Amino acid sequence: MCLAVPGKIIEIYDSAGMRMCKIDFGGVTREACLQALPDAKVGDFTIVHAGFALNILSESEALETLEALRELGEIESEINIGDEG
Amino acid sequence: MTDTFALLNQFRNAELVKAGIAEIHRITTRHWAIMEICGGQTHAILRYGLDELLPENVELVHGPGCPVCVTPLELIDKALAIASQPDVIFTTFGDMMRVPGSNRDLFSIKAEGGKVRVVYSPLDAVKIAAENPDKQVVFFAIGFETTAPVNAMSVLQAKALGLKNFSILVSQVCVPPAMHAILSAPENRVKGFLAAGHVCSVMGYWEYPDISQKYHIPIVVTGFEPLDLVEGILMTVRQLEEGRAVVENAYSRVVSENGNIPAQELIKKVFEPCDRGWRGIGEIPMSGLGLRKEFADFNAETRFDVGAIKTRESEICIAGQILRGTRKPPECPAFGTLCNQDHPLGATMVSSEGACAAYLRYGRSRTGISENKTS
Repeated sequence: MCLAVPGKIIEIYDSAGMRMCKIDFGGVTREACLQALPDAKVGDFTIVHAGFALNILSESEALETLEALRELGEIESEINIGDEG
Repeated sequence: MTDTFALLNQFRNAELVKAGIAEIHRITTRHWAIMEICGGQTHAILRYGLDELLPENVELVHGPGCPVCVTPLELIDKALAIASQPDVIFTTFGDMMRVPGSNRDLFSIKAEGGKVRVVYSPLDAVKIAAENPDKQVVFFAIGFETTAPVNAMSVLQAKALGLKNFSILVSQVCVPPAMHAILSAPENRVKGFLAAGHVCSVMGYWEYPDISQKYHIPIVVTGFEPLDLVEGILMTVRQLEEGRAVVENAYSRVVSENGNIPAQELIKKVFEPCDRGWRGIGEIPMSGLGLRKEFADFNAETRFDVGAIKTRESEICIAGQILRGTRKPPECPAFGTLCNQDHPLGATMVSSEGACAAYLRYGRSRTGISENKTS
């Protein structure tokens, strides 16, 4: 139920008084309500749940998380090499 | 420029998942029961086989974070009674269609000619109401904090459009009171929590340090990709092994401490905290959201008089114990036989977030709690 999918905002507009947007989910385009993200702009990535954009996705935070795990992987392979030697 | 879709795909990178799993193996010295609260995470864990990659001593306990599963039977019977009325278009998320009420489900009402429509968003239900002024349109507004803003938005939108034929049947529940209920239960085995990432994207995690301190339990905000889950489990085990109990965020690309303030304001504008019954668990004080008085016109429970409702639960189904994390699906005598996805006895077999449905779909037919080591 709390499934939320990341996508890219490609167009922002008003519809019946609501701040709405078009979102590209990597090929599939859908409409979502942008009412809770007043600062979102075209090009931002957002997480969408039941036609409602919940938050802007932070690319730098994503990179940081991945980097920490990559370092872990490198340490892991060094340990393995150590074990073999 | 980084291709963000490619970047996000990295959260399914098998090598990084393996590195994280190896680290969990390396640091685990004893048995830990960790609860993932969200049913979406339960499905992701089983789908990617993460439960089978973890050390035997790291046991994942599946939490009650499946709104379809915890919606009280009485409310489902009410939904069925409303949906059977003429001149009603009953709209719902697809998951609710097969959830068994006392005697039948929404699907059978649709088969009998009732106007039941599956919608992607409650805002679609508002559109249906605008297009069908001679019908009463009801949306079954179930969900956790993730779904509360869009459910609130649908009411505000219906009000702004002056619609008199739109109402919602509310079963909104909140995560923190459920965490308190789980941790204070005498049979509790949970030693760490993976907090539900999308609930936190709305609410933040400022409510959790109190829980973490009170019960001395690590709480790690966790996402839904395999790497997110491995990272969340790793951070939880690390805390447990070091004797720490704090709140950490393993889903920082989506979740901030304060969450989405405008979304929280939408919730507060339309809903207020109230006591709520959870199917299989019972009533938890102030664990739900109900419509504020000024939006009473949009409350389907008062708009439709469906008379007294007499509920009847399956006598075999152990969904309640599964939702509390005290038993696992294969321990149910009906699992995969009398109860299956075509003929579910309980909601946990229906939903795409229910633990029973996940165990059956991904072939975990043998593992029960009795087989897990306890210490």
